[in-house]
Amino acid sequence: MKQTTPSQDLLAGIWKENPVLIQVLGLCPTLAVTNTVANSLAMGIATFAVLCCSSVLVSLSRKVIPNEVRISAFMLIIATFVTVADMCLEALVPTIHKALGAFIALIVVNCIILGRAEAFAFKRPVGRALLDACGNGIGFMVTLLIMGSVREVLGSGTFLGFSLFGPGFEPWVIFVLPPGGFLTLGFLLLFVSWREQRAALRAAGADAGAAARRVA
Amino acid sequence: MTEAALSPPAEQSVPTAPAPPEVSSLRLVLTLAVGGLVCGLLLVLAFQATLPAIQQNKEAAIERAVREVLNAPQRFVALFVHGGKLVAEAPAGVDAKGLERVFLGLDAASRPVGFAMVSGEPGFQDTVRLIFGCDAEGRTLLGMKVLESKETPGLGDKIEKSAPFISQFKGAAAPIVGVKAGDGSGKAEEIDMITGATISSKTVIRIINNKLEKMRPLLEAYGVETGP
Amino acid sequence: MGNLIWIFISAMVVNNFTLSMFLGICPFLGVSSRIETALRMGVANIFVLTLTSLCAWFLNTYILAAVPFLRLISFIVVIASLVQITEMAIKKLSPTLFRQLGIYLPLITTNCAVLGLAIFQTNREYGLLQGLFFALGAGLGLTLALVLMASIREKTELSTVPAVCKGTALTLLIAASLSLAFGGFAGLGSQS
Repeated sequence: MKQTTPSQDLLAGIWKENPVLIQVLGLCPTLAVTNTVANSLAMGIATFAVLCCSSVLVSLSRKVIPNEVRISAFMLIIATFVTVADMCLEALVPTIHKALGAFIALIVVNCIILGRAEAFAFKRPVGRALLDACGNGIGFMVTLLIMGSVREVLGSGTFLGFSLFGPGFEPWVIFVLPPGGFLTLGFLLLFVSWREQRAALRAAGADAGAAARRVA
Repeated sequence: MTEAALSPPAEQSVPTAPAPPEVSSLRLVLTLAVGGLVCGLLLVLAFQATLPAIQQNKEAAIERAVREVLNAPQRFVALFVHGGKLVAEAPAGVDAKGLERVFLGLDAASRPVGFAMVSGEPGFQDTVRLIFGCDAEGRTLLGMKVLESKETPGLGDKIEKSAPFISQFKGAAAPIVGVKAGDGSGKAEEIDMITGATISSKTVIRIINNKLEKMRPLLEAYGVETGP
Repeated sequence: MGNLIWIFISAMVVNNFTLSMFLGICPFLGVSSRIETALRMGVANIFVLTLTSLCAWFLNTYILAAVPFLRLISFIVVIASLVQITEMAIKKLSPTLFRQLGIYLPLITTNCAVLGLAIFQTNREYGLLQGLFFALGAGLGLTLALVLMASIREKTELSTVPAVCKGTALTLLIAASLSLAFGGFAGLGSQS
């Protein structure tokens, strides 16, 4: 197993191994609930909470759970926390609960959570597991917020419900409709891969430059 | 097909290298059972803790909607639709949760001011659900509020958000008729449809007319039964 | 009857599970590079969806009415077992298909479409027959989306694509245009 420092565990999920943008996991909620910033935020927080709780519990019980039934045990743990989150949202913020609808329950099948439990929490001590879960949760939340901001600002001309451009603005309705979700995420991924390509080119350029200097 | 072809491919890839220490199946079952028990307990606790707030929210939402479409009556009671009649209480042996509810608004002297009912039908995108109120005879509408819709933002969702459209339902004579905005002749049954959202507007009108036609005999029967 | 047809049409094209409700995105992006595989994945999904709908209705009607907070856990357990059964059946009946589907078969468990179907069916209080029509429509819609996507991707593989666009980004942009096209089905449900 590769040794990592605590700060690496925390930071990896936020940008370098961002669950949505780099690992391309958990696309269902990323596309479905990001038509407003408020929905994205609620979804991000709910997923963050479930991810942290289940990672901690998985890590705590990693010595008790036999390898053979680990996936079933993970699902049990995750489903429990999602149900709790669902009930809390319904009790505290009924309007948001109604807007997110079935997609709260669908956090259960968000591959990010099962993925982190299997790939990280089941093998590491509690502290590290929590850091990793926080990192990935924040990474997921940030991505949702970017998607939500782009879609709400362009699609309804508002941010968190406040009008931005005045009455003269004709909203690009397409961005709050389903195709807008695909479009926004597509362009976001394009941006990420463009940055990666540029970084690779630079590295190659630097190598070539260094080689040239050596030759000279 | 030969036997070899039928043999499951996955079995060939089962790792034969150092098998992990054997875990008895009893332990597997036991672990899951204990885990399930703990999770179940946690859920029961969370359910108990949140239930009052959730129910309160739901009741409050219904109350707000009913008050809005019945023009804030003094109080209102829920009636149940059972056996082609409106009854004040679910008959013994029938689960009240499974019965359709109609809300009866009452004024300060406990005289009925009108009924509010919920209905839904396919709209432009998905099913539109709304609640509307009518007077005690089911002849005049008192108000309409969309509860659930996925109509196009900016066009179809005006059935939910456009105040001029919604306010027309107050005082309209049933059955209502949709007319193109500006083409109306001022008759009481006319509703100006939203420009660019004709299908959504027609859906709202259709839902109300269909539901009212189905319910009017029940409303009238209830009035005769309990009337002076 | 009209109601059943609307549920079917709605789940298949108007509110297509993949293109307008974003359920089942994983296989949509993962197994859509060849038409044949996509078709088979779709058929496996129709099968699992229909069985799930049946089981979810049974659970809801006879068991879960008393303990609604156990709904999610029971659904997940049922779906996991159903997928396991489907996997064993396919392994027995068609080893080639089993090999082709590979990892995506067990992944149907974490496919949002299956759990989503069970939850939507519950929320909308569908009866047995309505649920079955819903499941069939959803499954056919999923298959349609998968096959459409695969046929476009088979073409893009033969053409030159800017290096930046390779991979998921391009697939998502294609999905956007497919989703836009499916937007044209809106309004099918209203008769007036």
